[in-house]
Amino acid sequence: MKKNRIFNAVVILGASVVVFVILAALQYIGVIDEYNGQLLTLSGIYIVVALSLNLITGFTGQLALGQAGFMSVGAYTTAIAIMKFHVPMLLAILIGGLVAAVFGIIIGFPTLRLRGDYLAIATLGFGEIIRVLMINLGSLTGGAAGLKGIPAFSETENFVLDAVIKFSWVYVFAVITIVIISNLINSSPGRAIISIREDEIAANSMGINIAYYKIFSFTLSAFLAGVGGGLYGIYMGYLNPTMFGFMPSMNIVVIVVLGGLGSITGTVVASVAFTYIQEWLRVFKDLRLVIFGLALILVMIFWPKGLLGNKELSISGFLRKLFKRENNPERTVSQQNGSREGK
Amino acid sequence: MEFVQQVLNGLSLGSVYALIALGYTMVYGIVKLINFAHGDILMIGAFGGFFIMGAFGVSPTTILISFIVSMGVCAIIGIIIEKTCYAPLRNAPRINALITAIGVSYLLENGGRVLPFMGPNPKQFPTFKIQNYNFLGINISQTQIMTIAISILLMALLNYIINYTKIGKAMRATSFDMNAACLMGININRIISFTFALGAALGAAAGILFASSYPQVEPYMGFMPGLKAFVAAVLGGIGSIPGAMLGGFLLGIAETLTKGFISSKLADGVAFGILIIILVVKPTGILGKNEREKV
Repeated sequence: MKKNRIFNAVVILGASVVVFVILAALQYIGVIDEYNGQLLTLSGIYIVVALSLNLITGFTGQLALGQAGFMSVGAYTTAIAIMKFHVPMLLAILIGGLVAAVFGIIIGFPTLRLRGDYLAIATLGFGEIIRVLMINLGSLTGGAAGLKGIPAFSETENFVLDAVIKFSWVYVFAVITIVIISNLINSSPGRAIISIREDEIAANSMGINIAYYKIFSFTLSAFLAGVGGGLYGIYMGYLNPTMFGFMPSMNIVVIVVLGGLGSITGTVVASVAFTYIQEWLRVFKDLRLVIFGLALILVMIFWPKGLLGNKELSISGFLRKLFKRENNPERTVSQQNGSREGK
Repeated sequence: MEFVQQVLNGLSLGSVYALIALGYTMVYGIVKLINFAHGDILMIGAFGGFFIMGAFGVSPTTILISFIVSMGVCAIIGIIIEKTCYAPLRNAPRINALITAIGVSYLLENGGRVLPFMGPNPKQFPTFKIQNYNFLGINISQTQIMTIAISILLMALLNYIINYTKIGKAMRATSFDMNAACLMGININRIISFTFALGAALGAAAGILFASSYPQVEPYMGFMPGLKAFVAAVLGGIGSIPGAMLGGFLLGIAETLTKGFISSKLADGVAFGILIIILVVKPTGILGKNEREKV
């Protein structure tokens, strides 16, 4: 078991470094141009936020429609910390995450009483309240006009280097998020969280502290969404409340469902795909969102489980298969649930 | 007096919310779907009124005609949406149907933007010349009288259909227990389509009334009233028809009071604040029934 885990960790670390070096180098020598570099960076931000939602909706089984609200709290906090209090960027992003986490705890408590659609509605309302709050706290958030002139990740004049630095920041956060979520899911608290999704009453009667784990999952999710929001604010350079309304929240839900509820790799692939598809559809100008709507309907009807369902793509699993290692593969949760019928 | 005036304005706005909320609540009561595209039906209804009254002028006859035509067209659109988009997902996970509803909403809003005769820019909605009646220091315009009167008429009609007709009985049975209703020989598919048609027709009427009070039409106009009417439906107890009416009126009054006495910028926040409070205190809404979950 232990050997397996070390093998996994080494493979994952190696793979992420290799992917990073390749992508960064391709950007630096210009094979991936600035435009695609920007898109990859944006995908990275989506990965952080979408994974945070997948923790609540995919793994804990609580439908949440207000993720952009947490993002907004993180983004504004980070931007204000940098601009008004001159906090270093890394620290500011973490502060943004922490403040969002406080909101996560606040919104986590009502969720103990609510389930299913009612929870979805409550989180939707929360997202809208945050938006109204941001409009009304004019002196701090710039009101409806928003905040302008948020410092960028780097001050270099070299466009190429600037793009690579942006990308590196976001990439590191995306990898850390993936590691946090996947380690959590394969740990004992993670199993507890998944048992809540499978059957709350059964989990409760097996001695799992549902209240604790639900709030825990909401808080962690809000923290990650806040961090994603902070990155997003710095990436965009400006913020306004409409960036975090109902539709952005729904876009995050769409990414998670398209990737597969409860699949980390699915979310990652879907985040990148979503960013690119949105860009490709720009050729259609005004028809873009019509096609997007139509595509959503068709995908939900003909491909209801999303890209990967709740399975995972696994490099180490792939390598093992490749080298035909004699092993007793650690059955991951996702495999055990592979045949589970959709809820 | 100011207070009574605001309550009156609230009643007029609330009656529009109530009409929209009825569509949400009926659909939720039967198929357990939050139909996010319902607000966009309101937009289509308003555009129907815009075209008819724009072409033939504003008179009581054209208003009547635009109500009938808009409600009819939207009822058909409601059925088409249900048959093509929601029916295939009836047994799928809840979140899939929800995302499909979002997809339909995108499609209707942006379809409206693309169509040359609708377009993205706001258009002036034709209305009567505003005439205010003064009654003991309270102003009431004839648009407000029309809004309240027509909504109450439609709600009474709906109440009759639900409680005193055969199809209404079938609807109640389906919402109580779909499988049992099916076993009793009720054609479930027909009832669901009928529910969508009924909800969409009410939404269309609400659209014309809403556009008459805020005389503008544009493809995204249905989004906010739709979301708020949804809050109203939850406030009254989602799935409950008297609840939707009560919730609509309460929300309308709360909103105009906030606008009148606190700040117009906070009005949206108040609606959603009420939502969170009611969900925490009594998740099933004011008139909703408590369901106990059993193992």
